[in-house]
Amino acid sequence: MTQIQRRRLLQAGAAFGAGPLAGWSLEAMAQAARGGVLVVGTTQRPRHLNSAVQSGIATMMPAAQLFASPLQVDAQWKPKPYLAESFELSHDNRSVKLVLRAGAVFHDGRPITAEDLKFSIETIRDHHPFRTMYGPVNAVTIENERTAVVRLSEPHPAVLLAMSTSLTPIIPKHIFGDGTDPKIHPRNANPVGSGPFRLVEFKPGEVTVMERFDRFFLKDLPRLDRIIIKEYKDPSSLLLAFEKGEVDVHSLLTDAREIERVKKVPGAQVISEGGRAIGPLVWLAFNTKSPKLADKRVRQAISFALDRKMILEQLLGGVNKAATGPISAASPFYSAEVEKYAHNLAKATQLLDAAGLKPGANGVRLALEVDGIPGSSDFKMLQEYTKPALAKVGIDVSVRLSPDFPTWARRVSTGQFEMTFDTVWNWGDPVIGVHRTWLSSNIRPGVIWSNTQGYSNPKVDELLAAAGKEMNLAKRKALYKDVQKIVVDDCPVAFLYETSSTTGFRPNVANPPRGVWGLIDSMNEVGVGKA
Amino acid sequence: MLKTVGAVLRRLALAFGLVLAVLALNFTLIHAAPGDPAQVIAGEMGGADEAAMASIRKAYGLDRPLPEQFFTYIGRSLQGDLGQSYLYNKPVSELILDRLGPTILLVLTALLGAIVLGTLLGVLASRRPDSIFSGAVTVFSLIGYAMPVFWTGILLVILFGKVWPIMPIAGMRDVRMMGAGALANALDVLHHLVLPAVTLGLIYLAQYSRLARASMLEVLGSDYIRTARAKGLGDGAVTFKHALRNALIPIVTIAGLQFGNLISGAVLVETVFSWPGLGTLALDAILGRDYPTLLGVLTFSALLVIVANLLTDLSYRWIDPRLRGR
Repeated sequence: MTQIQRRRLLQAGAAFGAGPLAGWSLEAMAQAARGGVLVVGTTQRPRHLNSAVQSGIATMMPAAQLFASPLQVDAQWKPKPYLAESFELSHDNRSVKLVLRAGAVFHDGRPITAEDLKFSIETIRDHHPFRTMYGPVNAVTIENERTAVVRLSEPHPAVLLAMSTSLTPIIPKHIFGDGTDPKIHPRNANPVGSGPFRLVEFKPGEVTVMERFDRFFLKDLPRLDRIIIKEYKDPSSLLLAFEKGEVDVHSLLTDAREIERVKKVPGAQVISEGGRAIGPLVWLAFNTKSPKLADKRVRQAISFALDRKMILEQLLGGVNKAATGPISAASPFYSAEVEKYAHNLAKATQLLDAAGLKPGANGVRLALEVDGIPGSSDFKMLQEYTKPALAKVGIDVSVRLSPDFPTWARRVSTGQFEMTFDTVWNWGDPVIGVHRTWLSSNIRPGVIWSNTQGYSNPKVDELLAAAGKEMNLAKRKALYKDVQKIVVDDCPVAFLYETSSTTGFRPNVANPPRGVWGLIDSMNEVGVGKA
Repeated sequence: MLKTVGAVLRRLALAFGLVLAVLALNFTLIHAAPGDPAQVIAGEMGGADEAAMASIRKAYGLDRPLPEQFFTYIGRSLQGDLGQSYLYNKPVSELILDRLGPTILLVLTALLGAIVLGTLLGVLASRRPDSIFSGAVTVFSLIGYAMPVFWTGILLVILFGKVWPIMPIAGMRDVRMMGAGALANALDVLHHLVLPAVTLGLIYLAQYSRLARASMLEVLGSDYIRTARAKGLGDGAVTFKHALRNALIPIVTIAGLQFGNLISGAVLVETVFSWPGLGTLALDAILGRDYPTLLGVLTFSALLVIVANLLTDLSYRWIDPRLRGR
């Protein structure tokens, strides 16, 4: 494109109000038509492709293309029709009526019916790792070929959100309903889907190839011919592949230096607001059952002794945002009215004194061990940082490294730790990803990412139980506001930051996903032009 | 002939016992390592509650007592069933077969290239052991041998991926080329093969050129070579016909051993270049506590070692006629 063409296009864009298209690169906007191949680079390996029984981004990204969910959520978190042409929550909030689109078919040509909807929701309820997602679903009743009613034992404020993206893929009963345990069903690696793209090839560890499904229920969508997800073992190879144009999308940029390099690619689009529903929080968790950390003043003192500004700016290169409490800042339920634990050594010392921890002859008040999820250089750095940081208040920290994930998970989930750096994700609604960490009923030895801190506060239990069935948004917000205040004050973990889920797109990619689910939502509208 | 058949049968019987012992040892070692596969699967799912974990354990038979798991495993393995992978949710034999081709392609290319080129360099160097050429081969070999393979790989990636971007740096095919003709695809795979094969080959090359040089020097000093020269044979005939054949024995031995080490040799190179082979499969299986896949790969590589040794033994008979009667 010449300079003049570019300017004309700019003027045309201004004349027609290019606002909604902001973010498209000009070349891409001009040249992207229907068709083309999008190559997404990732370092994550999916176990299989059936997100009805498997969570995690590696599976959910392809699953959102292979399967359609009943609903989608827009950028304001509002549910909108997708495979279901209409949805209706009953007045007593005890049921949701869904009407499927007429003429929608699976990739093998069989019609998608209310039976499939019922089968999918029941499968997810019984087999998905997030039990709370459809926990209150009593039954799904079928009214006719295209209409089903999801019946709830109690009001469930997250039910519509749960029906979006690959949290609720509609899977074919005639394939998966053969009585085999769906978690190990052989067709999980070779599914018949209901979404905009059908599977061509799945080689975990190498590549997943998907092709436009011509009988998709939305007219003229998807725009792309193919989506190819290519796996890289090594993050630096992935970055190089992005720079060379071998891949169009770098699916996850978490490192400041990586982001800088991606920005240097002329015309590259770096998007950080996509996927904000995922809400990956990083914190320093305390074992509140350990006698050394049972007193909340000790935990608060540690939180005050950590210099978050230094962690975010110097150690992590300014990519991530500070996290202040258990709910991600992008969530409608986030409250900033909590203690922020601004770096304050005097206060930390005071709290330790008050807790009766006086310095010994060597100046040490307390010795603690710190763990971290292995395999992450950031976490290792954080572990090392705590040593000098807490030494300033007389806490002698020793760093313990775990050789691999299972070792760390066993230590933390069975209470054999004192402090650990950990990351826990919000997954859209607090009922799905937040409650599990703070409910005392969810202290489950051996289960990682349950309430592994052993935290117990009856007031928090009560508030969470109420918020878990409150349908009024304002009232629900108020309940979570109290939860956040109390949990942050009790300090079972020291909240640190929210991991950036930045995605890089090459200039040829038009309309990259910016929704609350980011890349784990359908890519119907994404297009590619000539690079 | 009968003696040969008898020797082969004896070795086969030994090999079978060895396979059984390997199966038992692998199973014991892997299960002695701490860590629960259900934890890994739960971790990959973003967390799971007890009921979900229990159902994962049940689905994969992890809830059975260990001795029962052991005998089931041995029984099934002997029938050729290596079980179902926890991580990939696919039969292990299918996974191994899928990954075998790329690994064999990579290792054989590297190994054959190194044997031919390395031996040639070694032989040429041995003819004038004090020449500059010989010194250069020695230095080059030592550098190639001393550089850690992942380091060589990363250097090549930077050189040919960034500085002079003419080579693909990951995977074994260009995913955008799907649907192209067979020839175009084959050329594409070869293009992807260059960097990993050179990386892996450099290590082998160093070994073979050193080995060939030393072995040739030894043989060239022996009496029958002097006799051959005295007969008036040309330099080429002496070197390649008389000396090389005898100098090949240690080279074949090492080649056999290295072929057996196919997988371990390729793990690092495969990881650097995202080459979809058995090495990366094994690595993922270790990190993910994927017992069936790991056991499958180990058993398979043990089989390879045994078969490679068998073939090495047999090839001695071909190279050295004196062994044929034994």
